Formats: sequence, C-alpha cells, structure tokens
Amino acid sequence: MSTLAVHDHGVAHHDDHGHEHHHNQSFLSKYVFSMDHKMIAKQFLITGITMAVIAMILSILFRIQLAYPDKTFPLLTTLLGRFAPNGRISADFYLSLVTIHGTIMVFFVLTAGLSGTFANLLIPLQVGARDMASPFMNMLSYWFFFLASVIMLSSFLVQKGPASGGWTIYPPLSALPKAMPGSGEGMTLWLISMVLFVASSLMGGINYVSTVLNMRTKGMDLWKMPLTIWALFLTAILGILAFPVLVAGVVLLIFDRSFGTSFYLSDIVLNGVQQPFEGGSPILFQHLFWFLGHPEVYIVIMPAMGISSEVMSVNSRKPIFGYHAMVYSLIGITVLSFIVWGHHMFVTGMNPFLGGVFMITTLIIAVPSAVKTFNWLATLWRGNIRFTPAMLFAIGMVSFFISGGLTGIFLGNAALDVNLHDTYFVVAHFHLVMGSAAIFGMLAGVYHWFPKMFGKMMDEKLGYLHFWLTFIGAYLVFFPMHFMGLDGVPRRYYAFTEFVSMQRWLTVNTFITWAAIMAACAQVAFLYNFISSIFIGKKATQNPWESNTLEWTTPVEHLHGNWPGEIPTVYRWPYDYSKPGAEEDYIPQTVPFSQTMSSNLPHDFEDNPKGLEELNKFNSTLKANEQVK
Amino acid sequence: MMAQIQKDNDRLDLAPKKFNMWIFIFTSFMFFAALTSGFIVYSGGKGHGLNVIMPNAFLYSTIIIVLSSGTLFLASKASKTLQFAKQRLFLWLTFALGLAFFAMQLYAMYVLAYKMQIHFVDDNASRSFVYVFAGMHLVHIIAAILLLLNTLWGSYRNIPQVRNLFKMEMTSIFWHFLGIIWIYLYVFLLLNQN
Repeated sequence: MSTLAVHDHGVAHHDDHGHEHHHNQSFLSKYVFSMDHKMIAKQFLITGITMAVIAMILSILFRIQLAYPDKTFPLLTTLLGRFAPNGRISADFYLSLVTIHGTIMVFFVLTAGLSGTFANLLIPLQVGARDMASPFMNMLSYWFFFLASVIMLSSFLVQKGPASGGWTIYPPLSALPKAMPGSGEGMTLWLISMVLFVASSLMGGINYVSTVLNMRTKGMDLWKMPLTIWALFLTAILGILAFPVLVAGVVLLIFDRSFGTSFYLSDIVLNGVQQPFEGGSPILFQHLFWFLGHPEVYIVIMPAMGISSEVMSVNSRKPIFGYHAMVYSLIGITVLSFIVWGHHMFVTGMNPFLGGVFMITTLIIAVPSAVKTFNWLATLWRGNIRFTPAMLFAIGMVSFFISGGLTGIFLGNAALDVNLHDTYFVVAHFHLVMGSAAIFGMLAGVYHWFPKMFGKMMDEKLGYLHFWLTFIGAYLVFFPMHFMGLDGVPRRYYAFTEFVSMQRWLTVNTFITWAAIMAACAQVAFLYNFISSIFIGKKATQNPWESNTLEWTTPVEHLHGNWPGEIPTVYRWPYDYSKPGAEEDYIPQTVPFSQTMSSNLPHDFEDNPKGLEELNKFNSTLKANEQVK
Repeated sequence: MMAQIQKDNDRLDLAPKKFNMWIFIFTSFMFFAALTSGFIVYSGGKGHGLNVIMPNAFLYSTIIIVLSSGTLFLASKASKTLQFAKQRLFLWLTFALGLAFFAMQLYAMYVLAYKMQIHFVDDNASRSFVYVFAGMHLVHIIAAILLLLNTLWGSYRNIPQVRNLFKMEMTSIFWHFLGIIWIYLYVFLLLNQN
C-alpha cells in the first residue's frame, strides 16, 4: 500500500489495517477497548443477551406472583431477602420488577442489543467499508452502554429497590423522591443510567448513518443496499431524531426532582402534606416521552424487519418480493412514527378532535406494515425454502407481527381505547408485535450471522428445539391475555384476586406462568448452543448460506479492515437468487454482469445503454446459433 | 485502473467524521426543538404566559456570539491561506468572545434572578424554561470552547495542514451552529415574552 495523503497516526488508520501488517494487539485493545466494529458487535450481543436473561428472570419472578398470589415460597425470601418477606414478593418490589423488565427489554435488549449488534456487524461488512466512520466513537458507544447496564442493575442493590413507576416513568411518581420506595435512589439511578444509554445510542446512531452515507464501496449505490442496511440506517435516523427529545423531557424531570421546579408537578398532596409545587403539567412529560416512545417501538422492530427480509430471501432462494416497496414502506413507517405519539394519550383528556387526528395517522401505519407482510409472504411463496433455524425465526417474526399488529388496529382507535387502555389487551398487543417479533428477528439474526461473528456453526437441532418451544410458549403466554384485557383486567396490578370480578382469571394466570416457565427453559437450549458453539462448534465455511451479500466475501478469520486486499466492487443488487439461466441459484453482488451473460435480463441494464447493447448482441448471436443448429 | 480506484477508496478520508458532526448538530437541534415545543405545550395548555421583559444582557450576549462567529470565520480564512499566526490570533479572539458570552449569559441570569425576581423555581414554569434554555445552551458552549482550545493546541503543535483544516471546520460547524441556536432561543423568548 503506497498511497497515503498524510502519515499521521490517527488518520492513517484505515490504510494500515487489512494488509499483511500484523498488529501486536494487546488483550485489552483486542477484546476490551476494541475499535473493531466486529468485536464491538460481539460485545453488544453478549451484553444484550446477558441483559435479556436477567429481564427474563425478572419476568418469571413476577409471573410467579401473578399465578400464586396467596401462596408462599420460602425460597424467594432466601433469594431476594427484604424484597420478598415471608415468601411472597412485596407489592413494591413487584412494581420494580415490571418496571425494570420493561426498561431492560425495550432499551437494553431490543435497542442496544439488537441495533448495536447488527448495525455494528453488518453496516461496514455489507456496504463494503473497513470500519465505521469513527471507530473511537463506536467504542465509546459500547462502553457507555455497558456502564448504563451496570448502573441500571445496581439499582437492585439500594435499600429501597429499583425504580417502580413503570418503564414510562410518568411524573409525579418519578418526580417526587418520596412518592413510593422506588421513587427514591432507584429512580435516580434509572435516570443516570438512561442518560448514559441515550448518549451511547446517539454515538452509535451517528456512526451508522454516517457510515452508510459516506463509506459505501464502489458500485454500492443506495438501491443496491441489502434491506438489513436500509432498516438499520432508518432505525439510526429515528434514534437520532427521537432520543434527544427524551433527554429534554428527562432534563426537566431532573429539575423537578432535585431543584424544586414545577414543570410537571401541580396540586400534590403527599402523606397528607400539601406540596409546594404549583402549575406544572404532567401531560407535558407524556408528550415529550411519547415523542420518543413511539419512534422507539419502530427502533425496536425495524432492524428485526430488515434481518427477517434478508434471512427469508436467502433461505427461500428467491429475490425479496418488492424490494422497492420494502424500502418505501420502511421510509413510510419512519416518517409516520413521528406523528402518532398521541395514541398513547387518548385518555389523558386530550381534545377528541386531536385524538381523531392521531387515530387516523396511527391507522395509516397499517398500510406500510401490510405491504411488508404481504411481501414477506410473497417471498416465501413457491420458494425453494431451506428451513434453517434462522429461517424459522424469521417466519416466526412475521407470524408475531401479524397477530400482534392486528390488535394494534383496535388499540389505535380512540373510542375503543377508552375500554382497552391499560388492560392486558395492551400487554398482549405489544408483547406480540414488538416484543416477540423483535426478539425473533434478533434470534434469526444471531443464528444467521453466527458463522460470520464467531467462525463457527450453531447446532441446528438445538436451534429447532429452541424455536418450537419459544414460538409455542410465546403464543401460550400472550394470547390468553387478549381475553383478560377484553374483560377489563388492568395491567401492573399486584394481586387482582382482591377484586371479585377478576378472580376467575387466576387459573388463566397460572397457565400463562407455566407457559412462560417452559419458554424460559427453552432459552437454556439457546444459551448452551450459543456458548458451546463458540468453542466447539463446527468450523464455518466462508459462505455457509450461499448468500449474495458482501459480508460473506470476507475471510472467516477476522481481521481489522475486513478484506485482506482491496474492498470488492459491487455490480448488482443483493437478491439475485435462482435467476433463470444462471449456473447456481445465487449470484454474489461482486460478480459483474459480464460473467453472467446467460442470466442477464434487459431489466439489469436500465441505466446502462452500453450493457444493454452488449446483451442484445449476445442474445442475437445466441439466436443465430440456434437457427444454425 | 482497478488499483487506482482502490487507492482512492482507501485514502485518508475525513469526510465521514465531518459528517458525524453534522448529524450531531441534528441531535442537538432536536433537543432544543423539544425544549421550545415543551414551552409552547406548557404555556399554551396552562395559560401561563412568560410576562417577563428579557434583560438587555441577553441582547449583548447575542451581539457577542455573532461577533465570535465573525472572528472564527476569519481564523478559518487565515488557516486556508496558511497564515498560522493570524489563525491563532483570531482563534484566541474567538475564545475570549466565547468566555465573554458565557459571562454575559451568567450576568443575564443574575439580573433575572436578583434584579427582576424571576426565579428558576417558580410556580409558572414558563419562567423556569428561560433558565433551562440558557443553561442547556451554556452546557453546549462549554463543549464548543473545549473544541476550540483543542484546535488552538493543534495549531501550536504544528499538526499537518489537513488535520488543521479539519479541526477548524469541525469547530466552525459547531460554533456557528451554537450561535444560530442562541439566536433562535432569544428570538423565541422575545416572541413569547408577553
């Protein structure tokens, strides 16, 4: 390599890597403070999985309480101490459990764990870049996330327990440290953790957008990008626009909490004492929160959509159906997600006319969502399907997206929401449409790109076991909740055996808890598979799924800089599977049209008159030869 | 031919890093947009107007920050024509104006709090918002001043000209942006002061 504009250490970075220079990296710079996007992706993934396991254990704990509100389990006291006196989880700790379960799943697993892992892994590899725009910022992004995770979990160690006002931290519960036990130090730690988390997300997101827009390899125009990249790119844009608004809301909340202002507080009586706060508006917080909060659910689901599109196309051995429609529907979802936040606030006393507007914008999201669903199904239709574990999870993602999405049409309706808000119907809806669907998309990605990340294959049989138990388990857990919600059973209640009208749902709750425990056990199969495959898995080939995208042209052994020589040039879109006339059922993006004359179509040369001319020449020669025969 | 293209591909490329700064500015803009929207929702919904005539100090600080943008522009211009002494001079001037802005904002808050008795903790949170706007902007100003000092330090260390220009550009983008944001906030407050 001979061309360097400047030989300055910080800048010449990209040039040295990826050539036969062997850096003597220390353990610390290779595994801990790594600036290699592939290592950072693994760090995000493993931290994300750890957080997911913790959040899952929290959910099992509160499920035990819901199923057996009157029984005592001395083991719980042994494990949880003061949080579960007399063998029962205390009411305050129950609220902490649901709060932290929600926070961890939404932010730490499905935002950082999902986007962090796959944007870091796939963006440079699939657009053909040596690394991110700023590898240093990328490293900071992970370590801020790590610190945020540690602080969030450390709130279990403070005397009064973690935050317990729900993951939406509405004031006044979050603004008055004395409001309930979880409003004290636990809430403070929650806020500190989330500020760090947002900083991490923003640093990551800025890098993702910049890398996609600036560092694509030659030939990789926007319309040749795989759908994973489109999805991750638009997700990052959502994060960049939405997270600062949450910060603004949180800053005002911190002032209310610690400085005595009354942005959100008014007419508060605490323990019989009138508080000095006057004139604040708790609705203001809800506006600021949901302006982030709604885009956030698309931040969660869009990477899963992108991953599923890619996995389903590869394993159907068919081009994705409606590539352009897929991109435009992602863009549509991105734009619409900013003008629907009011549907979380229908019953806050909102002007009914405004509610109507939010209802209409909300229901319009059904259109791009339906376009995507249709295209996934059409991609599967008459495909030469390979049921790899990744493929099963991708199909599972579509299933959850449909069954959870349908109830979104009910909930998006301002009139129906009067009945349905804050019931188990809502819990069922979002756990299917963004919880299970996003987790399945993430797992599809893990199974599919595990060979790229670790150079090993995961065990397929364990993968099937994992899939079926989780898939059935998730439906058994969340489907009955619809009926509970329709009957008016409210969410977040500690023990609704206290209410006569809800007592009959106790048997259903017991059933759900056992289904949840089964699904949780299924995750052991995944964890074993994941960890053991890293060490004793079958060695992966370079392109185990016979896929077209660029990441499979890099060597199995990782090197910082990704490609040992030049970055390959891209000539075609990523979905040339089973192209008629081609020798194999896939043509990687790096194969020029000149090498695939027999499978070229006039459509391939839309902006390339010279190529079209060559194609016509080739075809007429072919025809002439036929006639001679 | 291919080799040549490849070389271009792998060349030192600071453009993506500069792009990062532009995106950061978007995030920062969203932050202030959220705060001002919060103000509108609050004062509109609660019927709490601001009813505070903004102290003149805010006008002076606006003038100072506009001037500092001017001196930074001159520093940029000097750096492009390799006049490094001049570049440093204007950078120092910008730095001084930045500190002056900082001080003037603090003075404005002092006038608000002590002369006009408009406190941060107030039943009318519209008034608290004034402090939040100015305070959050000052937090950004601290970051900008650090960035400016970093550029200045680089210029004394005689770093390569590409790096020098790069640092100048990063600083300029951020600094001019903060000037614009302050003007936006000030005009917003003037429009809403009744």
